[in-house]
Amino acid sequence: MITHHLPVLLILAPLLGAILAALSRNGFAAWLIALVASALTAAIAVALLWRVQAEGVISYRLGGWAPELGIEYRVDAVNALIVLLVGVVALVTMIFARRSVLAEIIPERVAWFYTMMLLCIAGLLGMAVTGDAFNAFVFLEISSLSTYTLIALGRDRRALVAAYQYLIVGTIGATFYVIGVGLIYLVTGTLNLGLIVERLGAIESSRALIVAEAFIVAGIGLKLALFPLHAWLPNAYAYAPSSASVLLASTATKVAVYLLARFLFTVFGGDVGPGGIPIGAILIVLSVAAMFLASAAAVFQNDVKRILAFSSVGQIGYITLGLALVNPTGLTGGLLHLFNHALMKGAAFMAIGAIVLRAGTAKLDELSGIGRVMPWTVAALTVAGLGLIGVPGTSGFVSKYYLILGALEAGHGWLAILIVASSFIAVLYVGRFVEVMWFREPAQAARESREAPLEMLLPMWVLAGATIWFGLDAEGPAALARAAANALLKVAP
Amino acid sequence: MIAHFSQIATIFLLVAGLYVVIARGNMVKKLIGLSLFQTSVYLLYILPGKVLGGTAPILDASFAVYANPLPHVLILTAIVVGIATLALGLTLVVRIKEAYGTIEEDEILARDGSKESVTDKVKIAGNKTGRGGNGA
Repeated sequence: MITHHLPVLLILAPLLGAILAALSRNGFAAWLIALVASALTAAIAVALLWRVQAEGVISYRLGGWAPELGIEYRVDAVNALIVLLVGVVALVTMIFARRSVLAEIIPERVAWFYTMMLLCIAGLLGMAVTGDAFNAFVFLEISSLSTYTLIALGRDRRALVAAYQYLIVGTIGATFYVIGVGLIYLVTGTLNLGLIVERLGAIESSRALIVAEAFIVAGIGLKLALFPLHAWLPNAYAYAPSSASVLLASTATKVAVYLLARFLFTVFGGDVGPGGIPIGAILIVLSVAAMFLASAAAVFQNDVKRILAFSSVGQIGYITLGLALVNPTGLTGGLLHLFNHALMKGAAFMAIGAIVLRAGTAKLDELSGIGRVMPWTVAALTVAGLGLIGVPGTSGFVSKYYLILGALEAGHGWLAILIVASSFIAVLYVGRFVEVMWFREPAQAARESREAPLEMLLPMWVLAGATIWFGLDAEGPAALARAAANALLKVAP
Repeated sequence: MIAHFSQIATIFLLVAGLYVVIARGNMVKKLIGLSLFQTSVYLLYILPGKVLGGTAPILDASFAVYANPLPHVLILTAIVVGIATLALGLTLVVRIKEAYGTIEEDEILARDGSKESVTDKVKIAGNKTGRGGNGA
């Protein structure tokens, strides 16, 4: 029965697609393969979510081996949400990518570009569905290695340096993660996350677990650009090809956040880790620092891609803040913001991709008045920007509202004030590009441009439209996020 | 005592590798440090799996004591990942050498600072030729 194999088909679709795309050697054929593979992935992701909602947790044994011996794929309310996000974003990114890639990538490398996109998607989905700590490392490296290549495919030579720096930092992060997993394996004798939890009770000394938690949190923290481990991110997003930036900004860091949540809540037991390490308090401090300092850094950038990249670091702060609050409302807010931020950042990077295609630059001072010739594109960027601020009527408002409620529930009134205060910094950087693009006299780049093609506007507005839609009617994603938060905290719904 | 010695050696390799990554500006040397750092983790996994006097895990009545095979299998995978990372890293260094003429990190940063406007113009020109051929 094919529905039984859904968890593994989810990964096989992009993985096999990647092989076909590499063999095709032809840009258009590779794009078609990538489109079909990501459409299949999105369909499987929807089917998985539907099955999880109907039947509860799905446990899939790879090759039929029991979890003690083999690898188990485990899909519950949490990773069903992540898988859905990656699947949908992958599909809309592929629709968007064709024109953007033609303009930005050397023709003979186009097929390789789609190969790397599909490999990256396969790795991210694998990280999300696997229930095996070491398997997660392998998928982490599949997605990371393809990400380094994607960044290096950027036209600017600084893309190479950005890719190299990310490779160094990313490998250190992944190796830290393996060290942590190795220590857990030494004390529990298993790599299956479910079995690790069962055997933790029998451990006498918590010292190995303390070290393991430190390594795993620092390692994944590097991958998800947790402040102050974010230094690789701005250059990587700014110099990567536009469609790669879309995929990376909306999915890569999000899956890393999921992995962190999985370890924090199921293995290490919430805000106070083994040995009384106040991991929740540490995360709150780092998250607040990200919300203020990274957002403030965004205000002073000239490249719009870098503004959005620094804004990503700040927004990830809100997501990790949700995790650190460790109550159902706060965690719902964190996961909801993860989902909403992925959609709005995807829309924003698509808009920038369209602007780069038409105007040939992402520098803010050369883009004066671009809104007058590309109204639909800049409107999408503006909607996404309003979402980043958290203006009522956009999805960003809903997730920040949940975060504030969660902070109050946890008894941190000051934290609620900080969430609101940091949103005003977002007003500054969003206001800056909105003012320049809409209200200034058109510069030369703007006068020579015209509106983006429909095949780019359509996926852009699917995501921007979702930002508005989920701001007005938040019930759907909020219910998914609440179910996921309850599953992580093991609260009966 | 032997167990402690091997652990100390592992930690030494780990820290030495990490130090080279941080302290060296030469991109190839950085990758060597990174490789050393990753290799020390192989030891971290393999050493506890070793049973003194044990054999390979073969199902046979004459062998009662055998080493845990799982760490070996895991590290086999990790070695493959390490090779892939090193190969990709070295490829990037080759490309960086072609683009900048140097593989010293501080020189590269200095060159980008002064020539920023030039590369931007090249980028725009490149994009415009790309725009011409968007029929596909």
